[in-house]
Amino acid sequence: MAQAQVQVSGVEAPVTISRTSAAESVRELSVSGLVKSFGKDKGILHGISFSVHRRESVALIGSNGAGKSTALRCALRLIEPDDGSVHLFDDEITSMQLSRLRKVRADVGFVFQKHNLVPRISALSNVLHGNLGRVGGMRGWSQLFASTALRERAMSCLDRVGLADQAMKRADQLSGGQSQRVAIARALMQEPRMIVADEPVASLDPIAGQEVMELFHQLTQEKGITLLFTSHNVEQALAYSDRVIAIRRGTIVLDAASNTLSLSDLSKHYG
Amino acid sequence: MADTGRPRGEELPGRFKRPGVFQFCAYVLLVGFVFLSFQGAGWSFSAILSGGPAMADFLSRAWPPSMERLPQLSAALLETFQMALAGTIIGVVVSLPLAVLAAKGLSRHTPISRIFYSSSRLLIAFFRTVPDLVWALVFVITVGLGPFAGTLAIAVDTVGFCGRFFAEAMEDVEKGPSEALTAAGASKLDTIFCAVVPAAMPSFITTSLFALEKATRSSVVLGLVGAGGIGIELKVAMDFFDYQLAMTIILMIFVLVLCVERLGSIARNRILEGTPR
Repeated sequence: MAQAQVQVSGVEAPVTISRTSAAESVRELSVSGLVKSFGKDKGILHGISFSVHRRESVALIGSNGAGKSTALRCALRLIEPDDGSVHLFDDEITSMQLSRLRKVRADVGFVFQKHNLVPRISALSNVLHGNLGRVGGMRGWSQLFASTALRERAMSCLDRVGLADQAMKRADQLSGGQSQRVAIARALMQEPRMIVADEPVASLDPIAGQEVMELFHQLTQEKGITLLFTSHNVEQALAYSDRVIAIRRGTIVLDAASNTLSLSDLSKHYG
Repeated sequence: MADTGRPRGEELPGRFKRPGVFQFCAYVLLVGFVFLSFQGAGWSFSAILSGGPAMADFLSRAWPPSMERLPQLSAALLETFQMALAGTIIGVVVSLPLAVLAAKGLSRHTPISRIFYSSSRLLIAFFRTVPDLVWALVFVITVGLGPFAGTLAIAVDTVGFCGRFFAEAMEDVEKGPSEALTAAGASKLDTIFCAVVPAAMPSFITTSLFALEKATRSSVVLGLVGAGGIGIELKVAMDFFDYQLAMTIILMIFVLVLCVERLGSIARNRILEGTPR
């Protein structure tokens, strides 16, 4: 089991995180030869391959436009890849029918940079939406129509991220940090095997960003959830991952255990 | 030489781009057509000036308004508003599913959904482009004289109006929440009702209230062709040169439209600031 001690700066008081990797050899996500371009001469991914193992935390780093977000979206077929294959859990999903793909997606919590909450509805209804992959229709649309059991589960997810007291607040009236916590609660509502987070702290201030990363860390440790996240913050990438993958111009240029890497190893992949 | 503070080698950009030959010709044609339109519309300052005394004569004969038939007129005014309200509600309810089909990017990219998309857009455009007075004439022929014909005319006109704006509002909502729900395994229908409709709701409410204001004004005119409401009372009063009664009706319409606009504005603010679901 790998042990890592990383000091995180960029916040008022540097924090030292002790991380224990519990990664297992079972592959949760396996991407092979993924190619994606948007129109002629706009190639984003040039045949990237990587895998993420069960209970592992993997950071995907790279400068703007490197292809990190596209890689994550292609991995869930939110964007259709031009070529390559994606194995998610036990299934090859690139040729999978949409109805089956929805069931596979239900096991993956996706957390976005801009939180992507539905603005004018309550935090509680937003969290309930995490269950739409399993309970669709009116009962999943709003806390107004949801069963008591579902409402209670959504409340416990909000409680887990420390926002139970904000359950009936409109999503567009929450702070950036609170919004991202609600988005994480929505992902937890899925009872996911894996969380995919696309620059989850990029739109947050350093303190809120640190809190969110800490929350991810706790969740992966407590629930054994696999984590794949992208980040521009190399310190956080080292601190909260077992492995770091660096992408440069749509090609993987580094794939190594975090405890074998230094900040300078990662910084050179920017610019 | 004075320092202009401009980076060297960079020319100061012009205030506007010089139009090309075709663009210039198009502008000239447009201005010419606008000028001809005023001529074609018979625009005449002398007619306005000479019409002044006639207007003064009408106002002097219409004042003071007659209060003789106030109860009957109030009932007709209520019927006018009821037509507008019922027609708008039917129109808004029908508009919503049509707008979902007509909104770009909401349906899947299959041949069947493309057919639904094109036909719903065509239907909405048809409902919108045919004037409500024409719809009223059609419904008077089909369902007979009275408020029901007017209500149907307003409903169809509202579908044309709301269908277009609802569809545009749904096309304009931020795609992020939809993407988040798709990633969580939600179906297309769930995504539309959970992410798209709530985000477009402010626009839906504003459009629906505007539709009600528009319908209230329209319902007055529809009465002129026998589709119920106070319009027929106005026509009869004018035909019989009973200008005092006509003035009463005009003022009643003015108060009704003003009330609907004011209440619509209050309702809009209350709903938009309301408690979340």
